[in-house]
Amino acid sequence: MRKIDNKNELLKNIFKNIMIFISKYPVPIMFIIFLIFTVPMSHFTVKYLINELLTRLARNSFLVLSLLLPIMAGMGINFAMVLGAMAGQISLILITDWSIVGIPGFFLAILVSLPIAILLGFLCGYILNRAKGREMVTSMILGFFMNGFYQFIVLYMMGPVIPIKNKLLLLSRGFGIRNAINLQAIRQCIDDFIPITILKTQYDPGIKIPIATFILIALFCFFIIWFKKTKIGQDMRAVGQDRLIAESSGIASDRTRLLSIVISTVLAAIGQIIFLQNVGTLSTYNSHDQTGQFAAASLLVGGATVSSANIGNVFLGVTLFHLMFIVSPMAGKNILGNAQVGEYFRVFVSYGIIAIALVLYSWKRHKEKERERMALRQNTTTPKTKTE
Amino acid sequence: MKENLNNINEKRNFGQALKNFIDVAGWPRIIIGIFLILLFAMTPIAKLRLSTSLSDTLVRVGMNAIMVLALVPMVQSGCGLNFGLPLGFIAGILGAILSIEFNLTGLKGLFSAIGISIPFAVIFGYAYGQLLNRVKGDEMMIATYVGFSSVSLFCIFWLLLPFKSPVMVWGYAGKGLRTTISTQKFWQNSLSDILSLRIGETFYFPTGMFLFFALLCFLIWAFFHTKVGTAMTAVGSNPDYARASGVSVDKMRTLSVVISTVLGAIGIIIYQQSYGFIQIYNGPLYMGFPAVAAILLGGASVHKANIGNVIIGTFLFQGILTMAPSVINSLLQTDMSEIFRIIISMGMILYALTRKTKGNR
Repeated sequence: MRKIDNKNELLKNIFKNIMIFISKYPVPIMFIIFLIFTVPMSHFTVKYLINELLTRLARNSFLVLSLLLPIMAGMGINFAMVLGAMAGQISLILITDWSIVGIPGFFLAILVSLPIAILLGFLCGYILNRAKGREMVTSMILGFFMNGFYQFIVLYMMGPVIPIKNKLLLLSRGFGIRNAINLQAIRQCIDDFIPITILKTQYDPGIKIPIATFILIALFCFFIIWFKKTKIGQDMRAVGQDRLIAESSGIASDRTRLLSIVISTVLAAIGQIIFLQNVGTLSTYNSHDQTGQFAAASLLVGGATVSSANIGNVFLGVTLFHLMFIVSPMAGKNILGNAQVGEYFRVFVSYGIIAIALVLYSWKRHKEKERERMALRQNTTTPKTKTE
Repeated sequence: MKENLNNINEKRNFGQALKNFIDVAGWPRIIIGIFLILLFAMTPIAKLRLSTSLSDTLVRVGMNAIMVLALVPMVQSGCGLNFGLPLGFIAGILGAILSIEFNLTGLKGLFSAIGISIPFAVIFGYAYGQLLNRVKGDEMMIATYVGFSSVSLFCIFWLLLPFKSPVMVWGYAGKGLRTTISTQKFWQNSLSDILSLRIGETFYFPTGMFLFFALLCFLIWAFFHTKVGTAMTAVGSNPDYARASGVSVDKMRTLSVVISTVLGAIGIIIYQQSYGFIQIYNGPLYMGFPAVAAILLGGASVHKANIGNVIIGTFLFQGILTMAPSVINSLLQTDMSEIFRIIISMGMILYALTRKTKGNR
């Protein structure tokens, strides 16, 4: 009798642990289950998938990493990282015009983007400090808003106000930048800086590993780990935990929040430059459109929430999300006979996953609040009933 | 000494009055209003016909007004700005394409489109409302993503649903809906043309569309003066108080979301009947934002909105959007309408979100 009890208990415990695990990481689990079905349906070889994944990890990780600091400072996902992406793109247009090639071009692009990104970061931080409690929606709208300005600058100011010498960059009417710019000058210059290809055979291009890009990403990860331990990093976490308490213990919360946004914007600018040196062409008016979108979705797929995210989430998220990205057009074609369905599907997933993650987080927080309130209520009502 | 004080007082009074006016009207409304008047005054310089410009503006006001009106219930019940309006648009599009599939034309087609879309809108709105009740405080962000994901989900359905009408499906494949579907042969302007006025060659006033809008405005106004409507406003202004006086907060919020979604569906159908095209796939993705910007420009905040805000806001917003690009276009020979639209609408929303209000700590 007792043995059965024990067994039941054990089962119950295991079940309970599983439930806790699921409730802790609902989004990644959903995603993994989904991938288990779709990856085989795409009929891609493992080698191809690994090759693609490595490319995409190198391409996107930096952008996703730039979202970490604002989350730490309690500001949610910084959808306004597109501002950084725009800064990166403007600097890329400029260095293409100056025709500076290779590694120097790459670093010059970063250098040029820095002041623009810092300026935009300050603006964004200032605005978000005025919208406390709804930073995410504000940052998203700010991204759309600045997109209008970006288009204005690139479409009307480049040429007449900002000198562009290279006529090939300009639209035929004489001002404004063309829709697509060939970034031949810096194409994959970092990726190929230390060329390593494994499993190469005569008929097979093998798996290319962009070591230098990964080194950059690793350096940045160390930076984040180090930054968390500094005074400013600690302040940031305190502000993220509870802004009012942090403020009353003497931390300038507004300044800390501003700083986190500035750093995030700068990193997003560098991230976008890394992204585009890998892609090799800049589509002037669309490249940055989905940057914030996909970065946020990747991070959330990796198990991060609006209030907590770490480096592990980033890499898990980029891997899972982009695996879905690679696989879904082919899977859509093989399952439903239409590749277009897969294309729409992956856009839907990237929006849907953000919606689900936000809902789950908010729901959970709500329940906790309710529980707290009930507990409080019980505490206050018990003595009353006694006196009655 | 005393005189001096009086003088100062008077100045203060005047200053106070001006400040009050600015507070009530809000800077953006004043600036945009002045700007709009300037633009209308500039029409002769820009060699545009005033009557054409005015007519264009009015048509666009009529097209967009109901979509703006759709935002009122949710703001009033405390759910904030309904960035999830595209969900209602989807219901409207479903109604519109089904009515075309059944080959219904004229007013019959239009009203059957509305009739078909309402059940969809109620179902979507109910589910959406249930969702929003569980995420109180984060509605706006989640609403945005509910809108985005529903639009992109329906992109798949537009491809796969078995529609047959040759006007709507791609010619060569014989399946999958086109990205834009013309309503010209079915019910374009069927509502606008009722009692419509034509003065001279260029001035056209879509009376029917405005009458319909007025009817809906009246219904919403009347609704907010019934018992249920008052309860809804109470939920928006103070949920705890509302709960204490026996109002079910969640029920009221759900109802407001359903009304908003239904109005969104009707709104997009009216838009399509005037515009002449049904835009599907990613068409409705960003269409909620101009509506939000319009109501904010009309003086609404994240917490308060009324019919007056809708009318003033739609007129100012659509006026600017019609006039500014055409004036700029004829003066500078460049088309900046898209950029202008983005900057004005997003700037307005940004202004409202960053304004210090009582709900904002």
